[in-house]
Amino acid sequence: MLEPRVEYVLRLADGALLLGQRLSELCGHGPVLEEDIATTNIALDCIGQARLLLALAGRLEGQGRDEDRLAFLRNEGEYRNPTLLELPNGDFGRVVLRTFLYSSFLDVLWPALQTSTDADLAAIAAKSAKETRYHREHTADWVIRLGDGTDESHRRMRDALDALWPYTAELFSKDYVDDAVTRDGFGVAWATLRDPWLRSVEAVLAEATLARPPDTPFLSRGKTGVHTEHLGHLLAPMQHLQRSHPGAKW
Amino acid sequence: MLSEAGAWQALQQVMDPEVPVLSVCDLGIVREVSSVEGAVEVTLTPTYSGCPATKVIEQAVREALLEAGATDVRVHTRLAPPWTTDWLSEDAKTRLRAHGIAPPGGQAGVHVLRFQPACPRCGSRRTEQLSAFGSTACKALHRCLDCREPFEYFKPL
Repeated sequence: MLEPRVEYVLRLADGALLLGQRLSELCGHGPVLEEDIATTNIALDCIGQARLLLALAGRLEGQGRDEDRLAFLRNEGEYRNPTLLELPNGDFGRVVLRTFLYSSFLDVLWPALQTSTDADLAAIAAKSAKETRYHREHTADWVIRLGDGTDESHRRMRDALDALWPYTAELFSKDYVDDAVTRDGFGVAWATLRDPWLRSVEAVLAEATLARPPDTPFLSRGKTGVHTEHLGHLLAPMQHLQRSHPGAKW
Repeated sequence: MLSEAGAWQALQQVMDPEVPVLSVCDLGIVREVSSVEGAVEVTLTPTYSGCPATKVIEQAVREALLEAGATDVRVHTRLAPPWTTDWLSEDAKTRLRAHGIAPPGGQAGVHVLRFQPACPRCGSRRTEQLSAFGSTACKALHRCLDCREPFEYFKPL
């Protein structure tokens, strides 16, 4: 078991890395040129944030693992991302909805982490908060446009919401990691962010004429290293080069 | 021997590879420069976390300082306080406009995210956003409804 602060930072780092990787899949495949560019720019921000967070996790761990080793040489079970971020993209509606749901979460998390007792984490949070606002704003626009669009786009957004909503519960589930990091002011318990997150998300869903799906008992557990079969398929192409040619440099 | 002032002068010549009318000093990413007997230490603050130009800029800074006579160059990265477009000088904004890029409207964090910048070509206020992200993360894509020219807008961050 890793030290709670390392676990806590890895949850954010791996979430950022996988969202960045998923969004990168649209590079050259976006529905229109502008959106192709926007999606990949958001992906770049995510990967930039992931690098800072992975480097911090490595420093906290103190075992000499740098950002590259953590990204490219860990197996599925060592990943700590919430499951939401490893799910396949699906159609464009689902892509923007996932980024919207998660960046709305980060939009309330980063400001809270700016007062972390860890100066590095506070600095990363302050920097990322500014970028995340744009990600949320942009994807909220799409959620509204597609939700309150044609019958077809509305139906697809409703399907996307039904598919992704159950995975948001994990963002707010509490365990020993939250308890440990809140004790010394290193982090905030994600569970405490559920209300502000709901308010922020529901305002956009209402404008998009989308009803919030009912909560279910389902709880994904990616944060604890229990993943879906999709993660391995995501990591294989991402890690292939470093696995086949260890230490290869660009 | 390269002095601190000499180092600053050399850095004025290092242009941002993505916005080549602005130097790294104009952008405000050079936070500190010191020189001890010609060995220069520079502290840079990255613009966006994922900005692909960061490494290129670091390399250009190193080369410019060595060229100017530094005996050794060390580049440090500092995240806090985070970079903001508020650090762009007035002169930098004027040059951005001349280059066809609308400068950030209003103060970062205080302004609304949605903003109608004036067209940098004809000055018209009748513009619309085409996409929140332009050729780089730091810019949005807009269009002027009067002169019909597309242009980029440097977003406040």
